[in-house]
Amino acid sequence: MTRRARTRLFLAAAAVIAAVFALACLRLPPFGTQTHPYADRAVEATMRQRTANTVSSVNFDQRAFDTLGEETILFAAVLGAVGLLRRTADERRTRPRPVAVLPSTRLFGAVMLPITLLTGVYIVGHGQLSPGGGFQGGVILATGVHLSYLAADYRVLDRLRHREALDRADALAAGTFAALGLIGLGAGAAYLQNVLHLGTFNQLVSGGLVPYINAAVGVEVATGVIVILAHFLDQTEEFAGGGKGGSR
Amino acid sequence: MNELVILPVLLLLAAVATMAALARDPARQAVVLAVLGMVLALLFTLLQAPDVALSQLAVGTAVTPLLILLTLRAVRRDRRRKQAEDRRKS
Repeated sequence: MTRRARTRLFLAAAAVIAAVFALACLRLPPFGTQTHPYADRAVEATMRQRTANTVSSVNFDQRAFDTLGEETILFAAVLGAVGLLRRTADERRTRPRPVAVLPSTRLFGAVMLPITLLTGVYIVGHGQLSPGGGFQGGVILATGVHLSYLAADYRVLDRLRHREALDRADALAAGTFAALGLIGLGAGAAYLQNVLHLGTFNQLVSGGLVPYINAAVGVEVATGVIVILAHFLDQTEEFAGGGKGGSR
Repeated sequence: MNELVILPVLLLLAAVATMAALARDPARQAVVLAVLGMVLALLFTLLQAPDVALSQLAVGTAVTPLLILLTLRAVRRDRRRKQAEDRRKS
């Protein structure tokens, strides 16, 4: 496709989206008012399901099937990155060198690493109660592990993460989400329907299926992001590619 | 009152997003993208959506720019090595 044809195609599609989007916005309730038709219904359903965090209730209960699709997208992205960035025949594995780090940076890392990991676990664990959840906490956990790379070097990071275990945990967590939906079918209800005991509002174990799906998502996101970043880091730290000239 | 805070943040967002689109150097673009993620997170917080703000902060400010920078580093290292090889051959 030539550049001009591409621009034309884009402009045509953009014009359609702009027109339809503007039409849709005209019918929206005005900005900043007290009436929120969707929010009112979502909060009502949330209270019925005894889940304190409405967003988690929408994600993991009322719209759990949509979230399953989104988690599958993330899983497919991890698979794709692993497949594309695997070691090719002309790349050799080299040993990363130890790197000197400023003592202040090392201290910062040593203090922040446990705090960040604890924050991540807290945000995953309280996903059904307070803002956050499996996705947000998972990313915090995954990026937190990489503080060891900033504050020490690649070899320390490599010791912190067990590659094969992470690969397996990622696949297992993705499968757990799909399998948890079967509980609904087993109870004679719909797939992913929240049929578990709902518990007491605002308790750690409340909201029925929500905390379990939330935890599965947390594990999947944390391991998935670490695995993706590991393959990207391999490209810059471990592999020396292309012919004989691999010496550094 | 809330609108008075939201409007400047919206304008700032538009400015930073335009900067990100106009930046030609990918490394600079990654940094502007991180700033854009932070402004977006601020906007989501003001709009009382802390869940979305947290995801935006984690993905938009940390992971995406990091992936871009790592890719750039791999590409640059590859290019340097190829140049060194060409020089050796000639």
